[in-house]
Amino acid sequence: MKIKSLNPNFRRSLVTYGIVAAAFIFIQILSGAGLLTSSLSGQLVPICAYVIMAISLNLTVGILGELSLGHAGFMSVGAFMGAFVSVCIKDALPGWLTLALALLAGTAAAAVVGVLIGIPVLRLQGDYLAIVTLAFGEIIKNLLNSFYIGRDAAGFHISFQDAPSLNLDETGEIIINGAQGITGMPRSASFTLGVVLILITLFVVQNLVDSRTGRAVMSIRDNRIAAESVGINITKYKMIAFTVSAALAGLAGSMYAHNFSTLVARKFDYNTSILVLVFIVVGGLGNIRGSVIAAAALTVLPELLRGFSDYRMLVYAVVLIVMMLFNQSPQIAAWRRKWAAKLKSRKPDGKKPDGKEA
Amino acid sequence: MQFLSYLVNGISLGSIYAVIALGYTMVYGIARMLNFAHGDVIMVGGYIAYTVMTTMGMPTLAGICTAVLVCTLLGVAIERVAYKPLREAPSLAVLITAIGMSYLLQNLALLIFGSAPKSFSSVVALQPLRLFGGALIITGEALTTILVSALIMVCLTLFVNKTKVGHAMQAVSEDKGAAQLMGINVNATISLTFAIGSALAAVAGVLLCSAYPSLTPTTGAMPGIKAFVAAVFGGIGSIPGAMLGGVLLGVIQSLSTAYISSQMADAIVFGVLIVVLLVRPTGILGKQTREKV
Amino acid sequence: MALLEVRNLGIAFGGLHAVDKFAVSIEKGQLFGLIGPNGAGKTTIFNLLTGVYQPTEGEIVLDGKSIVGQKPAMINKAGIARTFQNIRLFKDMTVLDNVKVALHNQVKYSALTGVLRLPAYFKQERVMNEKALSLLKIFDLDGEADQPASSLPYGKQRKLEIARALATDPKLLLLDEPAAGMNPNETAELMEIVRLVRDRFGIAILLIEHDMSFVMGLCERIVVLDYGRVIAEGDPEAVRTDPKVIAAYLGGEA
Repeated sequence: MKIKSLNPNFRRSLVTYGIVAAAFIFIQILSGAGLLTSSLSGQLVPICAYVIMAISLNLTVGILGELSLGHAGFMSVGAFMGAFVSVCIKDALPGWLTLALALLAGTAAAAVVGVLIGIPVLRLQGDYLAIVTLAFGEIIKNLLNSFYIGRDAAGFHISFQDAPSLNLDETGEIIINGAQGITGMPRSASFTLGVVLILITLFVVQNLVDSRTGRAVMSIRDNRIAAESVGINITKYKMIAFTVSAALAGLAGSMYAHNFSTLVARKFDYNTSILVLVFIVVGGLGNIRGSVIAAAALTVLPELLRGFSDYRMLVYAVVLIVMMLFNQSPQIAAWRRKWAAKLKSRKPDGKKPDGKEA
Repeated sequence: MQFLSYLVNGISLGSIYAVIALGYTMVYGIARMLNFAHGDVIMVGGYIAYTVMTTMGMPTLAGICTAVLVCTLLGVAIERVAYKPLREAPSLAVLITAIGMSYLLQNLALLIFGSAPKSFSSVVALQPLRLFGGALIITGEALTTILVSALIMVCLTLFVNKTKVGHAMQAVSEDKGAAQLMGINVNATISLTFAIGSALAAVAGVLLCSAYPSLTPTTGAMPGIKAFVAAVFGGIGSIPGAMLGGVLLGVIQSLSTAYISSQMADAIVFGVLIVVLLVRPTGILGKQTREKV
Repeated sequence: MALLEVRNLGIAFGGLHAVDKFAVSIEKGQLFGLIGPNGAGKTTIFNLLTGVYQPTEGEIVLDGKSIVGQKPAMINKAGIARTFQNIRLFKDMTVLDNVKVALHNQVKYSALTGVLRLPAYFKQERVMNEKALSLLKIFDLDGEADQPASSLPYGKQRKLEIARALATDPKLLLLDEPAAGMNPNETAELMEIVRLVRDRFGIAILLIEHDMSFVMGLCERIVVLDYGRVIAEGDPEAVRTDPKVIAAYLGGEA
């Protein structure tokens, strides 16, 4: 039996790790040779963050099959939590420990928010679920925009109105200042860290997908009623996928926050959610490796083509529409099959088209 | 008195949401898809009216008519090019395509008109209404908006319920296959629905820009999303539901802005949506459906 | 005590009584047929038994325990598995994975074990693969194990659904038109398989089928439904000659 000899899913996962590692080495060589423009090297950490975002969103949209339009909300929770923890403890602890704790805190906070949001959201289906994730994304943004927290000798003060209402004494400092966001994080995120976190994310998601849990999640995507009929607890597995997805978005956000000295909630709006959605659609829904490549390529591309950036979103839009039409339209699918058959008959040794990636 | 004035503002804003929501709801009823680009058709309507009236200096009526005409054609074209090929595809695919279309319109507008806001001159010449000896002032825009929306609502209800074409639309939304067998031209009916929805969006665009005169490529996005929330709120697919949802949403937003904070108003609007959907998963006036096994 | 005891089962959609006062008693290891004209309410009964619909009235007792009001997943765990009239496979997953999903509650390890690839993961996956392959072998599907389920021809998709249902280790298997769309050879083969499954797993099978030679040749007992009500019950011979049954099928007056 071929299946027994080597798990094809495992082999595919290995290739994906390999691609990430190769890209890392390639960039390091470019960087060492001084061939990396400063704008591009400044983009390296955000690229890694977006790659993690794409992998994690693919878990919800591609693997679980529920459209989420508020993924940036989880990223912002992770970013603000991570930044907050860093600002609070950076003077007391060594840099690496601060960063590690900040990443953990960001991940955990997003996971908690994921559970809280998942409980109501996952009771809905289809379009309704999508719009409620959008609603939650906007709510998170609005809440963070009017969230104030400061610290003085007496401890932490929280307000949802304005900075003066924090009532800080003269030793006090404002940490999160409403729409002006948070400042003073150590800029400790590096490309190496980004790549390590990508590999960790890949490890978690790929192993999860290729396991009993992942199969249960995918069965819900393919046919909810059949999944229930074979004894799958729908709520539980939706929740697991959604929470892991949120937690990883939080991780991405926390790392992202440590690449800047200032962070505002506006950055993580509906448009950011859509941007990440574009990555996974272009990379192929359910295709983890595709998400990685698409996220990296679509973030780098506009950087490489200067002057092209005005058209960036326009091109995204066109790509999104064309990809959907090309992949999903029955007529175009029939047309594609016809051509594939023609090509095959011309080349009798033509290889079988690749199966779907996991 | 202050409260009344907030309430009137809310109803006026809500009427605009309602007109936009009608477009969402009709399209959803008939094509079972969320036309995310609908909000951006509003923005296109605004820019067309602005170009005709301000840039070309033509009369107001010409501006409104051109906007309605262009948006109608645009709506039909979008359906033909982007949505029709996906009619049998999973709803996720159609939704993502619609999001792509929304981005396309926004970014085209950005390239053509730039990101600087255009100042839209109001199409309403009506004097403000002073009630209670000037304690309550209702602007001409608010009054016009409410009246126009009410008129649209009445006409649309009559159209859908009393005309042959309206019955055809109901039949298609009930069962496409059966409607086709009864000799209804399904494609034409769907096109017509998009045409009506987009024409309404143009009207909403002109009203919206008259009340809030700053016009940018993203002008339609937030009202579009809000109107969509209104449609879901009232029960998507239901015409009275869209009207009810729109007005309720406008009032909630206006009152929360006034009494809580403008930052939090959107959060409250979305929060109410979530609560409504959890209590009634198909909206206030929506039909409950059962999946066939 | 019978394996499945259904009494006075009914459901109304709006004012329509789709199923009314349905009663049946199925013994362990019995091959039971559920027949009736189109729209008689047969699939609705399956949906009631498996918790997809909640009955408006009546009792369903499996192995001495009432299962009314439970969710489909719980009812499956309690011991009822089913197939669907309109095939519902996990179409983007492989044939093997379709069966492995159904082994979910038979072979277990935690999500964390899976992510961290602890030794239990490899051990349990091996057990799952062996079980799944041996089930697929019964249905002659082991050759297609690593193909996507949607690529199977229609007849094999029906067989895969049965294999998947069996993987949940049921006491009672509900087959909704298992022979629909099959050619006579496939139907004959399927009859053999259904018998084999019953003998080998010792489970009861309740099946809906329109192919009369299939039902009459296979089932030990048959219940006939018309307009949501039981109009006859008995062994194949008794049912075949029952004037009410003949009338229902020919559309005449009883």
